[in-house]
Amino acid sequence: MVFDSAWLSPLAHGLILTLEITLTCIAIGIVLGILLALGRVYGGRLISIPCNIYIQVFRGTPLLVQLLMIYYGLPSWGISLSAFVSGILALGLNTAAYQAEYLRGAIQAVKGRQMMAARAIGMTLPQAIRYVILPQAFRIVIPSWSNELILMFKYSSIVFSVTLLDLMGVGKRIAARNFRYFEVFIVVALFYLALVFIITQLLRLLEKRVHIPGLGEHAES
Amino acid sequence: MLLHGTLINIELLLALLIVGLLVGTLIALLQVYGGRFLGTLASGYAWIFRSIPALVLLFLFYFGPSQFGVNVAPFIAATIALGLRSSAYQSQIFRGALQAIPHGQMMAARSLGMTRVQAIVSIIIPQALRLSIAGWSNEFSSVVKDTTLAYVVGLNEVLRKVRIITDRHYDLAMLAYLTVALIFLGLTYAGNWGLGWLETRIRIPGLQIGGEL
Amino acid sequence: MSLLRVEGIHKRYGKEEVLKGVSFELERGETKVIIGPSGTGKSTLLRCINQLTPPEKGRVWLDGTEITHAHAKINDLRAQIGFVFQSFNLFSHLTALGNVRIGPIKVKGMSKEDATELAMEELGRVGLKDKADAYPAQLSGGQQQRVSIARAYAMRPKLILFDEPTSALDPELIGEVLEVMISLAKGGMTMLVVTHEMGFARAVADEIIFMEHGVITEQGEPKQMFLAPKHKRTGEFLNKITELYGETD
Repeated sequence: MVFDSAWLSPLAHGLILTLEITLTCIAIGIVLGILLALGRVYGGRLISIPCNIYIQVFRGTPLLVQLLMIYYGLPSWGISLSAFVSGILALGLNTAAYQAEYLRGAIQAVKGRQMMAARAIGMTLPQAIRYVILPQAFRIVIPSWSNELILMFKYSSIVFSVTLLDLMGVGKRIAARNFRYFEVFIVVALFYLALVFIITQLLRLLEKRVHIPGLGEHAES
Repeated sequence: MLLHGTLINIELLLALLIVGLLVGTLIALLQVYGGRFLGTLASGYAWIFRSIPALVLLFLFYFGPSQFGVNVAPFIAATIALGLRSSAYQSQIFRGALQAIPHGQMMAARSLGMTRVQAIVSIIIPQALRLSIAGWSNEFSSVVKDTTLAYVVGLNEVLRKVRIITDRHYDLAMLAYLTVALIFLGLTYAGNWGLGWLETRIRIPGLQIGGEL
Repeated sequence: MSLLRVEGIHKRYGKEEVLKGVSFELERGETKVIIGPSGTGKSTLLRCINQLTPPEKGRVWLDGTEITHAHAKINDLRAQIGFVFQSFNLFSHLTALGNVRIGPIKVKGMSKEDATELAMEELGRVGLKDKADAYPAQLSGGQQQRVSIARAYAMRPKLILFDEPTSALDPELIGEVLEVMISLAKGGMTMLVVTHEMGFARAVADEIIFMEHGVITEQGEPKQMFLAPKHKRTGEFLNKITELYGETD
């Protein structure tokens, strides 16, 4: 077995791309997820049903299929997207569906009495949502979001299949060149392990910082 | 043709779930009953196999051995890689179930004179299995979709079939992918329905997490 | 030779010493009732006897065999001691019948048919033959506890330990359980019972043991304890309990 320290630099570059992709798709996921969740809970039938369909479809089909569909499939309909955009789009749309579900659950856990109380002091529906429901729902969702972030970090590796040079892509290229798949991917695995560990700890710190005593333990106060 | 490929996915699914179940149960038992050394090893195993991306595992188990002169068939590599990964997730589900069982059950079993092993086998595990079903539904849904990842190690599964189709008929690409998406939607629903049916069949009144006597 | 001999039990939880040297004996066929304020270690004492919670110091002998010995065959010995828990602890995944027969099958190696026959007999003895196929969650508290007594008795133990068997029950259900326990006692079973039920003690106890602060402060026959206790505290406590829990016959 041979390990070469020359691998570290390109791998680190790949890692940066991986992080970029992960953070971007999570951002898309959060924004879209919030919209979908609100649509499902507060939209009339006209809005909530399409939202639900979106969620079911993106959660019920494989991520790799979604990615390949966007990158290889869309061109046959005339839409050609770059690998990077395809990757972010696929991952973002996918995570949005999952995040929407987590948020929806959190909103429904909070809404009952809290909504009544908010309306009772004269808030409009949008105000109630913005100042009372969502702040609480967000804190309840944090563990699920943390999980999703780490999950997306790992799944971002699929973008190598559309020629992107993320951590996985770089790894494959180096391994193929030297035919040292075993060693290279052990290193790649270690990279992922280290990052997962670091991200987990950071998220834990974040959770502690925004924790409100008693919130989320029993949904209704 | 696509359906033929799907069959391979399903085979892989079943194979890896079985691996995951057997290894996962073992790991969970070690974590809960194994004592400090084995327990920590088991926890470490679970963390490692949950934290490494599935694709990396697939590459390691498929391309890795060929470096040392051993040729592993894609199906076997995928089964082991995804199976061990699933075992890590399944072990967490099962461990949660084991820990949710009230301590009084073990005490009652020991007070009858059962050995620790007898108690675990006859009293704890049967209850833990039932409590795990909800978690396994989730794992199942997740894993169904992950079988497509085996595409990257050349397994002759459904995505590879799509590739073959699109190589020949470029314009059918989107249609092909949509069909695959539909197939998987169908699989996921079928699976969830099946598990729901299983849960009803083996349900015992009063046996649920939080359902204290 | 006494059936059960307990000598110098000391048990500590963390920094607190809950049992500070408890000793007593139990003869075959005797029923002794342990009473005392909560937290004095009564339940702990029972669990020390069958080693579910091993004591720091002290020795226990069952019929001449030392349970606390390092080489003791603890599972065999436990099979000879029945234990009835305050929270029943019936196996939730088994029916009443299943609960009663699993001990004889797994621990004593009985065949399923013989064990089933035995189990049905025991369920009949506690008046629950018609509930044989019910799961614990479908039974009332009193019924569950009776099944749990049947489960203990099916092992044909030399003695049965009862840890506050009726404390978790609604008042209307206490009677049916005490009835079973009284008939067991009258039938000659050796029993050690931790309870507040003074009616039961009066009816069948050969001796009442009063524990406080981790030691036995007084013990004697029921009549003597009620009418002429040696310590004022014993008398106070007995009166309080009888006031609270009334008399059940």
